[in-house]
Formats: sequence, structure tokens, C-alpha cells
Amino acid sequence: MNILVCIKRVPLAGGTLILTPDKQDIETKFLGFGISPHEENAVEAGVQLIEQMGGELTLLTLGPTDAEEQLRASLAVGASRAILVETDGQEWDPQGTAAALVEAIKAEETKFDLIIFGAESADSAGYQIHIRVAHALGLPIVTNVKGMRVENGKVSCDRVVPAGREHYEAPLPSIITVRDGLNIPRYPSVPGRMQARKKPIDMKKASPRVPQLVKLNLEVAPSKSTGAEILGNGVEAVPALVDVLKKIGTI
Amino acid sequence: MILVLVDHDRGELDQLSLRALTAAGKLGDVEAVVIGNDGAGLAGIVGEYGAKVLHVAQHADLTDYTPRASGAALAELVGKLKPQAVLSAGSPRGNEQLAHLAAILDIPMAAECSTITLGSPHIVHRARWAGNLIEEAEVRSELLVASIFAFSTEPESQGGAAASISEFTPNLSSDDTLVKVVGRDAGESKGGVTLTDAKVIVSGGRGTGGPDGFKVIEELASLLGGAVGCSRVVTSSGWRPHAEQVGQTGSKVAPDLYLACGISGAMQHIAGMKNSKTIIAINTDPEAPIFKYADYAIVGDLHQVLPALVTAVKSAK
Repeated sequence: MNILVCIKRVPLAGGTLILTPDKQDIETKFLGFGISPHEENAVEAGVQLIEQMGGELTLLTLGPTDAEEQLRASLAVGASRAILVETDGQEWDPQGTAAALVEAIKAEETKFDLIIFGAESADSAGYQIHIRVAHALGLPIVTNVKGMRVENGKVSCDRVVPAGREHYEAPLPSIITVRDGLNIPRYPSVPGRMQARKKPIDMKKASPRVPQLVKLNLEVAPSKSTGAEILGNGVEAVPALVDVLKKIGTI
Repeated sequence: MILVLVDHDRGELDQLSLRALTAAGKLGDVEAVVIGNDGAGLAGIVGEYGAKVLHVAQHADLTDYTPRASGAALAELVGKLKPQAVLSAGSPRGNEQLAHLAAILDIPMAAECSTITLGSPHIVHRARWAGNLIEEAEVRSELLVASIFAFSTEPESQGGAAASISEFTPNLSSDDTLVKVVGRDAGESKGGVTLTDAKVIVSGGRGTGGPDGFKVIEELASLLGGAVGCSRVVTSSGWRPHAEQVGQTGSKVAPDLYLACGISGAMQHIAGMKNSKTIIAINTDPEAPIFKYADYAIVGDLHQVLPALVTAVKSAK
């Protein structure tokens, strides 16, 4: 089985976002980088499938050359090889990103049975690249998958909704997007990291389309302006806390 | 005219769609569309929220949620009606169906918008980083395709009469109807107080130290008639089931009281709980980001504070 997992390098922003002075980006001078949360589950799903069924797991990313760091980290947990489509360092709009991914997938000799995305990126939250890729490649797509099984040439998927779970099926080849909770992503082993250094990364270049969704600037969303009322330290604060619970009607 | 995709589950209205109708009403005349025959019963409520016409896409294969077919039906309707914008709720389904529309027409789509100004280009503000950043953006296309950020618009009844129904049968290919809901089950939901319905959520993070740290959280939650929640590190460590995770990658909740215990306040967690009515945070680190979002703060160790709180709540009851 040949699987492709698409990932994106994003800053690990922790608790607070600080913008660059031109308000075009997040200040990343003091931040590490990783991949979007749901994508860790996408990589794990791909690794589990080739462990069970054999085959090859390929990674694909669009980003700066620094995204090699994220590809190596995912190669270390069991992916076989990777493709890095190098950008000019700017953020591309969803149509441009999808077009470049489609071009890279079409250029592959490997025909992928299953292409896996994370359900949403941590940073841009556009909710569309995977669907654009599905239309361009003429493939079925099931999104927001939190349980899956591959057998008899099809993928059976569960999607969690407030009332429980919905079931979907799609014949292979297909695209799915997965959510956190599908599995528990593994950590790379030391031998895994060593092997990852030698695994092949195919470097490609792409040029951006004229964007149609154009970022003008960013603002940090306001948090509660008043700030928290400090009830105290440790157990001394418990009586004040009980008063608050009474005041808001909890008890 | 602004066309609003009103989502429904086999005839039952998606409440977030009322917010999309309200947002659309601020931009121009509103017409609504539902996909599937059983959406026709919503003519009354969509009329009340400002839509004059309810377009009903009817087709033998549209008996349950079929996202690509929704996109195809919307594309056909847009060709006939030529609206200025197509809006939906910023929900997983709303975003998915609009993305199919935008992909079919190869035009841009702006997800999770909190403001929209129609023009050439259209200008939107949209939520990124799970609502922690707001992006101002231009949408350079004649037709605007946009979803409405769930927390930016409160639904406002316009007191309108029932919308008049206009039925149409879209041309759907077998590819359009290939992926659809083929079954359902109750999954992990146990029928009790679910996380999204709970009035009180007691939530634990890394500071709980492990599964044992949740015993006192469970006790307090049941004492307060609430549900147990947790942060992502807790589920990815396997300490608690994923169904309890609150945040961008778990459930988004807005209870009357959210008690965050040993949770530092990573953005991805904040995104799931910042709309709670009252937030109380207990954390050993006075600099923890969670305190910026809390109404009340206790600097201390949950392993000491929570047992004392359980005792105090029992005697106060």
C-alpha cells in the first residue's frame, strides 16, 4: 500500500502570540517549530497502515527549506521518504498551496492508494486545501476522521458528531483528513532518528499563483481585559473560592 | 442577494446556521438553501431569521449528508441566482460544503469570518490560530464564499414570515454522491452529561501528574453536577479518553463555570474554553497564560487545593 501524508511546518506558539512589527507574521525568533496537531495523527495513521499492510509511506510538505526539520522528525517515526516543495518563504493562499501539492503528487511515479491530511492547520485554518486537492485529482474525500479501517480496497471512516459517530466509506484511492484522538502518536526512537538522517528528501521548487485570498495584516484577538481576580495562594484561597461558587450559583 | 447554506441533520436545524443568516442580513437581501428534501420543514425558522426564499435541493440520492453533492448543488444554484455571496456557519460541515463549492468553481473561500464588507475586492476579518489571531484579508473574486465564525454573531430573530419554498433538482454525478453518511452509532457518548452540554466542567492538565490526579477532579465534578474535561497533553499521554479533551483539537465548550486545574493555557486549549461564562484557574505558576483568560485565579497546587475544596463544598451544601 502506498500512502502519502501531507504536513505543514508551523511555529509551536505555546500560550502567547507576538506579531512582527509589520503585523504580517508571528514573531518566531524565540519559538520552536513542529507540525499541526492533527498531522501528528496523520503520520501515525500512515505508519500503522504500512506496518500492518506493507508498502511505503511518503511525506509531502510545501514550505521553506527549514521544513526539512519537520520531515526528518516524521521520517524518524517510520515514514520512508519525503518531498519538500520549496516556497519563496511567503505564505501562499489556499488555491496556490493546493495547486502546488497537486503538481507534486501528479509528478510522482508512485500512485498513492491513500492520501492523508490533518483536519486543519494550526495557523491558517482555511479548511479547504484537502478538498481542492481531491477535486483536482478526481479522488473521493472523507474529512474529520476519528476512526478508520482499510480493507477490501476501501477505507471505512468514523466521524465524531455531538450525537455520536457517523460512518462513511470510500473506495481506494481516496483522500482522508484525520483528527486528534484517531490514535496516540509515537515518539521517535534513537535508531529511528539515526535512520531518518539518511532517508531521501526530494527537493522541488514551485512558483506561486496570483493569490486571490490576500492577507493584509494580523491582529492578536483581545483576551479578557480586566484580568483575573486573585483569590489567594494554595488552600488559604478555598473559602474565597467557595464564596465565588455560591455567587455564580454553582452551589 | 446573499445566499445562506442552512445546514441540517435529516431535517433538524443546525443552530449555528441562524448566526450565518443574521450575519447575511447585515449585508443585503437574504435567501437560504437547504440540501435534501427533509430540509423543507425549515422554511418557518429561516423566514423568521430573515430569509425571503428557501431553495430546496431535492434529489433521490440526497437522503443524508453528502458533502460533495452539496457543493455541486450550490454551484448550480449560484449559476442561476448570481448572488453576491454564499455564506454558511463556520462549523465542520459548513466549511466542508463551502470548500467543495469553492473547489468546483475554482474561486477563493474565506473561512471563519467575523466581519464581511462586500466590494471589489471584498474585505473580511477571519479567525486564525483557533481564534487567537484575527486576519484582515482581501478576497479577490466576484462571488464571495465565506463561513461565519461561530462566536462573532449572535442570532437575531427578524420576526419574518415563513420563507417561500423554491424546489430544484441539481444534476449530480455518481462522483458527487459517492461519499455520504452510511450509518451511525452512539460512539463514546454515554448518555449522561456530555462535555458540550455540561453547565460545569472541571478540567485537568499536565499538573495533575497522571491518571491518579483525576480522582479528585472526578469527585469535584460529580459534586458540582458537572463533567470532567482535560487538556491535550492528558489525552496524548493516555491518561484520559480523548472524548474529554477540551480545545482546538477536542471539544469547544462554553459552560457556566470552567474550573481549569493544572492547565497552563496553551492557545489550542484556550480556543476550546475561552467563551465559558466564568473561568477559575488553579495553577502553581503565577505567570501561567491561563490566568490571562480567567476571572478568578488561585496560585497553588491542585493536589492540595482540590481536596480542601471538595471538603468545603460538601459542608457548604
